[in-house]
Formats: sequence, structure tokens, C-alpha cells
Amino acid sequence: MTIEVKNLVKKFGSFAALDGVDLKVDNGELLALLGPSGSGKTTLLRIIAGLDWPDSGEVSFNGEDALAQGARERHVGFVFQHYALFRHMTVFENVAFGLRVQPRAVRKDEASIRARVKELLDLVQLDWLADRYPSQLSGGQRQRIALARALAIEPRILLLDEPFGALDAKVRKELRKWLRSLHHEINVTSIFVTHDQEEALEVANRVVVMDKGRIEQIGSPDDVYETPATAFVHGFIGECIELPVQVADGVIRLGEQPLKLAADGLVPGASRLFVRRHDMLVGPPGSGAFEGAVQHVRNFGPVQRAEVALSGGETIEIDAPRDKELRAGDTIGLEPRRYRIFAG
Amino acid sequence: MGLTLSWLSVIILIPLAGLFLRSLELSPEQFWNILSSRRTLNALRVSFGLAFAAACVNLVMGSIIVWALVRYRFPGRRIFDAIVDVPFALPTAVAGVALTALFAEKGWLGAPLAALGIKVAFTPVGIFVAMIFIGIPFVVRTVQPVLQDLDPEIEEAAGSLGASRWQTIVRVILPSLAPALLTGLALAFARAVGEYGSVIFIAGNLPNVSEIAPLLIVIRLSEFRYADATAIAVVMLVVSFVIIFAVNRLQRWAQSRIPAR
Amino acid sequence: MTMQIADSVSLSASEAKARAKARAHAAAARDNLRTEPRAVRIVIIALAVMFLTVFVVLPLVVVFAQAFSRGLLAYFAALAEPEAMAAIELTLIVAAISVGLNLVFGLVAAWAIAKFDFKGKTFLITLIDLPFSVSPVISGLVFVLLFGAQGYFGTWLRDHDIQILFAVPGIALATTFVTFPFVARALIPLMQEQGTQEEEAAISLGASGLQTFFRVTLPNIKWGVLYGVLLCNARAMGEFGAVSVVSGHIRGETNTMPLLVEILYNEYQFVAAFAIASLLAMLALITLIVKTVLERHLDEGEDASDH
Repeated sequence: MTIEVKNLVKKFGSFAALDGVDLKVDNGELLALLGPSGSGKTTLLRIIAGLDWPDSGEVSFNGEDALAQGARERHVGFVFQHYALFRHMTVFENVAFGLRVQPRAVRKDEASIRARVKELLDLVQLDWLADRYPSQLSGGQRQRIALARALAIEPRILLLDEPFGALDAKVRKELRKWLRSLHHEINVTSIFVTHDQEEALEVANRVVVMDKGRIEQIGSPDDVYETPATAFVHGFIGECIELPVQVADGVIRLGEQPLKLAADGLVPGASRLFVRRHDMLVGPPGSGAFEGAVQHVRNFGPVQRAEVALSGGETIEIDAPRDKELRAGDTIGLEPRRYRIFAG
Repeated sequence: MGLTLSWLSVIILIPLAGLFLRSLELSPEQFWNILSSRRTLNALRVSFGLAFAAACVNLVMGSIIVWALVRYRFPGRRIFDAIVDVPFALPTAVAGVALTALFAEKGWLGAPLAALGIKVAFTPVGIFVAMIFIGIPFVVRTVQPVLQDLDPEIEEAAGSLGASRWQTIVRVILPSLAPALLTGLALAFARAVGEYGSVIFIAGNLPNVSEIAPLLIVIRLSEFRYADATAIAVVMLVVSFVIIFAVNRLQRWAQSRIPAR
Repeated sequence: MTMQIADSVSLSASEAKARAKARAHAAAARDNLRTEPRAVRIVIIALAVMFLTVFVVLPLVVVFAQAFSRGLLAYFAALAEPEAMAAIELTLIVAAISVGLNLVFGLVAAWAIAKFDFKGKTFLITLIDLPFSVSPVISGLVFVLLFGAQGYFGTWLRDHDIQILFAVPGIALATTFVTFPFVARALIPLMQEQGTQEEEAAISLGASGLQTFFRVTLPNIKWGVLYGVLLCNARAMGEFGAVSVVSGHIRGETNTMPLLVEILYNEYQFVAAFAIASLLAMLALITLIVKTVLERHLDEGEDASDH
């Protein structure tokens, strides 16, 4: 199933949750919607599911107008952030729910329903919990039951809202791998929402970065990490140094200090320079674009993290390999291996 | 601490224990004779039967009121929400004379009903009406907070799984409300069974027909037939205990199955 | 926006019409996800409003209509009767006694239940609720059995010339019994929620038990106390069944306002009966209004402690 979203606008009062969003999702993709809270990612997901409706714009599944269908006709599996399991039903009945409420003409008989639920519980590896109530399950188990319940209706699309948001760190990591392999197995077009970049980069085939109701970048995990399209994406993904610089007369300045960096093709005016911490290469004084004094050093496994006061007046944190030990008080040169400058 | 317990036993336990002691002075045979007399049986039947019928009406109408108050917006909603408590707050004697005036043959509602051939005041129907009046807040105030706190996502989940609105209500919402509904039913029933003030004015108080058990207790007392009064009271008290016990169990069961979030 | 315009231009008229129809259908489906069709909504609201009007609003209105049916003069004349004045006075005295007693013991009971763990706590809570679920007539009856001429203490009381039944003490006692739960019930959840940390902090800072109670505990629960007192007072002034059994109906002496309503009504003095009833109805309405205000304060208190 392909999904196409065109120029979607959704306002809550004067707040634009979605401000003209265009998106195409290919068949069988596992797509992450990544952004800070309030970026509109959950609203987009809910509109695709039919739980919310846009003020204007188009949503189509395989070219068919999806907005002409209500949520219950769309056959979209939705996994809620807090699972929304039916607390008065056993795990088994929760998973069976979607099968039991089908119109009589297409409803399966009891034996087939039981077989199908069993199959789904096996798929999420929780068949031994069939007779428990949701209140007796751990968070990770509830998450998987919610997923099994959504899969019971053989959804054309699977949507997950912050699927790991309510879980502790260790369980999250396990479930990430599990979700990726599960998607591989069932191969249903899937979209999940997250505010956790690591989660998006690790699980998804493709990542959509959103901010303030707009899409900032769509690309593979490598794309968004290595070549961020906008200042927002660069700042949001990966640990980053951000420096306020001035571009004028073909020269880039940090404060009063001119930097030995090429200014070709840059728009004159106030700009921001982004460098990843580990892309700042340490050399002898005068060797790089920047110069600074090491203030403080801590070791993190394979890297040493140093706080450096730049001669332009800013203090930054860099991650350097531990082959050359840095010490507080050293004066060093710094050369950005890779950097981006965005106007504004 | 000790003070609390002794105060409680003085104000509550000793009087009740006195009642049971009194009833123990009766031989089982005497006890049985009092209870099986036609008038007592009929009074108990009227009280319990009509109280149950009224509680059932309260269950249905209370659910409808809760649904309207919680889920819909309409003019005057907050005022209607506030006046649900009137039967709690209005002294029962006032409710009694007011309902009687309203449903008497010349009353605002009694007159049109009489034209239809329905007599309410001074018949068992009047008792039924008074019991509905005093029971309604119990169902509304028990169910209302539970419906308010119901997670909206479970309705969306049911919808996205293909359930129709009706299926969502019957299979998801009502079962979630069931413990509260049953509790409200039990509380309304318990209150109606024991109700005195709002019933006796409208009841007609015809022995065997429209005489409620609490009134029979009062009559036996005024005749100095203390044994009769005690025996009837003990039966009613035991039923109250059973209902409280059932409600407590119901609440605990509901909490173990659906823990508070 | 431009894209959308281009799209709609490319659609033929019939296609556009079909799409609009499908969209309208879907819009209805959206509403059906968490609410009901308009017709159902209207029927439910109408049923609720009609039911509450017939069973709650009209009885209330009828009280005042009857009370004023012979005009203002007759109304005030009825209230100025010595019998009426005596009933009002007795009602106030009885309410003051039972509210005072239940305030003290409700506070103590709530304190014990909320702040300490002990055996039989659940039983104690059930016990506190008991007067709510016992018929008021039975509540009156137990005092007759204790203090009546044939009661357990009857002989002793007569020998010492103490009158409890058919006198103010009996009425106050029965009223205290039926209103016992209100203060404790209002305070237990409040005090449980607040826990014991603040008290422990106060004691660790050197406050005595009483200082802790008056400076820490009481300010925290003042709205709850008012709430309990309000409901306790309303019930105390309006109690009928229990008081009816123990009062003996001695005119001008042991008739409270609700009892006088009954007597006047049975004597077909409708204006006088409804005049007294209208005072009690106003008490109920004022109680409800103050209750709404207090509930707002209590909610705010909760919110404040949440965040």
C-alpha cells in the first residue's frame, strides 16, 4: 500500500499543527516521523488513520481518496502511545476484538478467530499471556499486545504513535530490534512517530524530520545524519556544535575573528555554523580554522570530551579520539572536517 | 486512637448491638410469626419490590443523564448538573409534601395523569415515584466520574479496529462502566428501601397495599409492639449490611481488574 | 494551495460531485467515532432534561408556589406563628449540637484512619458509612430501644429523672447518629492524599502535637472541613425519619422544622406547611450553591498539590 499526502493543513485554533505537508510513502516501507513535541507528527499520523481530519489537503491510499472513508473503513492498524488496551478484556479478547466486531457477512467463525488470535500472540511471542488482563502485564508486554490487536484486522497500513515512549531504556532497545524484524516478517507499510532520533535512525528505512507543522527533510537515516538539509535538522539530529557567525565580503567571522573557511556561495549576513563534535579535528595551534584553550577534559570510553574556549569568544564541547591526550590549559587548533553554514 | 474507637462504638455500635440483642430476646418462633404475618410480609414486599423497580429506573435514566451531562454540550447543562444533587440536599419531609402536591389529583402533574386514568398519589405508584426521586443522585454521582475519566483513546482504538459506534458502546464503554453502574444501582436500592420521609406523604399508607416497611416499624412503635418493630428492623438492617458488603466487594473487584491509572 | 486548485480544475464536474458526496459521508463517519448521530444526541438530552425537570425541578418549584399561594402576608404570618418559631429554634439548637460533636469526632476519626495503619481499619471505614445505609427509622428505633421506658437504660434514666427520649437530648443524639459520616467522609480521602510528610516535618522542627495539628494539618484540610460541616448541617436540619421516631411530637417543644411540616400538612394547613418547607428548601439550595463553590476550592487544592 502506498500512501500519498498532499498539502495537508490542520489548525487547532490559531495554532497550525500541520502547515502544508507533502509526503509519499512507498509500499512496504518502515517510515519514521521524527520531531520535537508540537511538530505535528502525531497529528499527521492521526489524520492518516482517520482519527483526525485535515482542514484542507489530500490523503490517498494506492491512489484512492482516503478522506472519503471513516476510520473504521480504512483498515489501518493504529497502536496508541498508551496502548489503549481494553482493561475489562483478557489479552485474548483484546486481540480478538477487531475480528469479533466485523459485519456478520464477513465475520469468521469462532474456531478461525481463535486460530488467528493464537497465531498473532505467537507472532508477538506472548501466547502464554492469553488469559491475563492488561493490568497484569508489563509495559513492554502491553505494547506487543496492542500491536497484535492492531494486526488482527490485517491492516493495509500500520501506524504507531511513540511506540516505545512509555517504556524504560532497556526494554526500548530490545523492542526496537524486535519491531524491525517484525516489520521484515509482515511487510506492511508502516509509519511510526518518535521524538527520539536514535530510535528513528536505528529502526526506519526512511526518516521524515518535522518541525512546527512542516517537513524539514525526508531521507534515509544516513542522509539526514550526514547531510542535514536545514539548520533545524542539523541541530536536532546528532550531538552538534552551533556557532553564530557573520558572513561579509567573502569572509566568515566568529565575533571579530575571521575564520579560515571558504565563504563561496554563502548569503551575506548573520548565519549559523554547524559541526558535529567528532568532526572537529585537533591540531597544533594555528593549524586549523579555529583556535582555543582546553578548559576541561573528561573521558568517555573511546573518546575524550573537551571543553574548549574559542578565541572568538564561544565555548564548545568536542569529542576527540584518545590517541593524543588533551590537558586543561593546552592551546589547540581545530579544523572542522565537515560543516554546514545556514543563513539566519 | 482509642478515643476514636470508643466514640465510634458508643455512637454506632452500641445502638445497633442493642437492636440485635433485643431481637435475640425473641424466640425463633416469635420472630417467624411476626415476619410471616400478612401485613409485615406485604410491607416488606412493597418496600423491597418498589425499591428495586425504582433503582432499575434510576439505573437506566441515571445512565442517560450521565451520558448527556458528560458527553454533550447543551444550554443549561451546568445547572442541570448541579440540581442532580437536590434529592440529596432537600429534607425528605419537604420532598414528600412537594411530590404529593405535584402528583395529587389536582396537582400540576397529577391532573393531566388523572385525565389519562393514571392515579399516582396515595397509591403504590406514588411510592415508586418518591423512590425514583431520592435514588437518582446515587446512580449519577457514582457513574459520572468514571465516564469522565474514561480514556478517549479506547473509543478511537475500537473504531480503528472496525467497531461501529453501537459496538463500541456495548462492548467497550458499558463494560468499563459496569462496576460503577452496579454500585449506583445498589446504593439507590439501599436508600429507597429504607426511605421514610419522602414516601409516607404520597404513599396513602393503606395496610397491605401501600404501606412501606419503615412506616410499619413506626406504627408498631406507637402501638408499643417493640418486638414487632425490632424484628422488621433487623431484617432490613441485615439487608443493608449485605448491600454494603456487596458494594465493597464490587469496588475491590473493579479495582483489581481495572487499577486506577 | 496552487496544487489544490490545479487538482480541482482537472476533475470533471461529476467526479467533483462524487468526491464531495464521499467527503460528506466521511465527515459523518468522523463524528461517529466518539459521539452519536445528531438525532440520538437530541433524544438523549431531551430525556435527561425532561426527567430532571419532572423529578427534581418541579417538586422544588411546587414548594415555593404553594408557600406563596395565599400571598406574602399569609406566608410571613405562618412563619411568625409561635409554633413555627419554636421549631426553627429547636432545629438550630439540634443542628449546632450535632454538627459540633461530629466536627470533633469526624476530625479525630479521619485523622486516625488517614494517618495510621491498624487492624480493622476497613471495618472501621464500613462502620462510619453505616448510618448512610441504615433506614432513618431504624436509627431512631435503636435509641428508643436503649432509652425508652422498656429500653436497656430506661429504668435507670427514670430513677435518676433524666429525660432523653421525647426531649432535646434524644433528638440531638439521633441526629448526631444519622449525620455522623459527613465530616469523616469528606476528610478521609483528603488526608490520605496529603500523607504524613508535612506533619513529620513539623514535628522534626520541634512543633508539639497540638501545634502541628493547628498550624499544619488543619490549614491543609480547611476546605474539606467546611464541606463536611456544610453537608452535615444540611442533613441535621432536615432529618425527619430518625427524629420523628424519638421526638414524641410534643407541639412547641420537640417539633423540629421537618416534623412541623408533617403536622401542619396533615392538618391541611398547606400554606403554613409549605412556608416552613420553603425555608428548608432554601437551605438545601444554599447548601448546593456553597457546595459547588467549595468543590472548586477542593479541586484547586488538588491541582496545586499535583504540580
